[in-house]
Amino acid sequence: MTARISRWPGIELRAADLYDGKVTQTRFHPDAKYAWSAGEAMSRFLQELQNGRFIARTCHKCERILFPPRMFCEECFRPTDEWTYIHDTGTIETFSVSYLDTDAKRIAEPILVGVVSLDGASPRMGMMHYFGEMTKDDIRIGMRVKAEWKPAAERRGSVLDVRYFRPLREGER
Amino acid sequence: MRVGIIGIGMTAFRPSTPEYNWKELMFEAASRAYADAEINPREDVDSFITCAEDYYEGFGIFDEFVPDQLGAALRPTCTVSGDGLQGLANAWMQIQTGLIDVAVVEAHSKASDIVTLDGVIEHALDPIWNKPLGAHPFVVAGLEADAYLRATRTSPKALAAVVAKNRGNGLRNPLAAYGAAVDVDQAIRSEERFAPLRALDISNPADGCVVLVLAAERAAKKLHANPVWIRGIGWASDSPSLETRDWAGATYARLAADMAYRLAKVRRPVTEIDVAEVDDRFSYKELQHLESIGLAKRGEAGTKVVHGEYAADGRLPVNVSGGSLGCGNVFEATGLHRAAEVALQLRGDAGVRQLDGVRVGVAQSWRFIPSATGAVAVLGVGA
Repeated sequence: MTARISRWPGIELRAADLYDGKVTQTRFHPDAKYAWSAGEAMSRFLQELQNGRFIARTCHKCERILFPPRMFCEECFRPTDEWTYIHDTGTIETFSVSYLDTDAKRIAEPILVGVVSLDGASPRMGMMHYFGEMTKDDIRIGMRVKAEWKPAAERRGSVLDVRYFRPLREGER
Repeated sequence: MRVGIIGIGMTAFRPSTPEYNWKELMFEAASRAYADAEINPREDVDSFITCAEDYYEGFGIFDEFVPDQLGAALRPTCTVSGDGLQGLANAWMQIQTGLIDVAVVEAHSKASDIVTLDGVIEHALDPIWNKPLGAHPFVVAGLEADAYLRATRTSPKALAAVVAKNRGNGLRNPLAAYGAAVDVDQAIRSEERFAPLRALDISNPADGCVVLVLAAERAAKKLHANPVWIRGIGWASDSPSLETRDWAGATYARLAADMAYRLAKVRRPVTEIDVAEVDDRFSYKELQHLESIGLAKRGEAGTKVVHGEYAADGRLPVNVSGGSLGCGNVFEATGLHRAAEVALQLRGDAGVRQLDGVRVGVAQSWRFIPSATGAVAVLGVGA
């Protein structure tokens, strides 16, 4: 409401009116469930996450190391050639500080998300993930980070097998 | 301007393909199409068109995920939310503008990724008007089959003859998922599903991908291609409302055929068309579609199929590929698969199912339950 308007014309609707069936409505819950085949490249990638490793594919024509791995090179349009492990360390390419959670609720401790280029892969190949063990004041583009893995027993073959990326510690490279 | 098909690529159609994701499936079909056309997609293609429905894929904004596996990275791409023949029509029009010389059309099915396929199809029903009834969406096909059989006095035996023919044709197509020696008695005694439709009247889902390469005449010449010309193409929609559409005839198919025949200057389809691939995702659809696109008089398609006139050695071979009953229901790829099959026949590349002396063929599509939308393409070889 504004200083001059204390009430809008018409009938105000509240969420409770909808839930109590006071409003004409049709409800339907779609039965839409999917189970995507991950395919040749992503299946191996997810398997390797359980081992605490990142795996990539190489293309011998453009000489790039493609991550996440794929069975075809999008530049050369040809099948890729070999599997190769890359490192779990990298550099922050871009980041954002999210003050809202997925429900659009304001949160006290902001979530740090960003894209990390991983060491051993070609430039601008890496993954989007959370950042931890740092504050919004510490984070910066170009920062060196390392994957913080879940304990082996808790890994499920998901990108969440990495809890977050954290700053490199003294002595790590 | 003449526009021709200069490359054809297909994967096999299978009930499921757990070894591949849909991108890898697309890469295989695209690689085959480009090898067939002897082109490099990174240099020779000006536009890429995919045909998909997000709800079948299970994620939003499908078109964003397209470029890499098609050779279309950093190139013009777009997605048509429709059947593959509608994509073919769009590629044809893009080339007609003169801005595009070579265009690629892709359509696929990864139906095995959908756990609740019936639920996804049901979600296409009108949410306020029809869906609250809670009926299985294939009831719509039962309603239409009933209206068609009554209006045309077609016997249920004719539906069984379509099933036997197309499943049998599938045995001669190495890409088909459901080729089988099914006889008429078996089909007519299969379990009742959505009366008058029985279990064998309904095609089963399959995975697969089809990619076609199109070129303007001059570009085709430069690429030393031997094109199958798209002589005419058309598409149309009847009312989306189940209560107001034409149940007995497929008006969308008739209007689409009128447009395609007009462009192709086909005046008497019965005498001018040598081979047809029409949508048969429910057995009655083959007969209804043949009548709607002028390849049979109303009420005559059923008698003709029973007398073997639509067999591979009949007067008008229909669905020699096996159709959807023999190959499987590949959803949005259905129409593009049929265009590919007609093109293979006209080129003389149809293998053991090759027909003699076919010069002009027609491919017809329908956008499946609950739509009343379809397209028709007339293809031909020679001058």
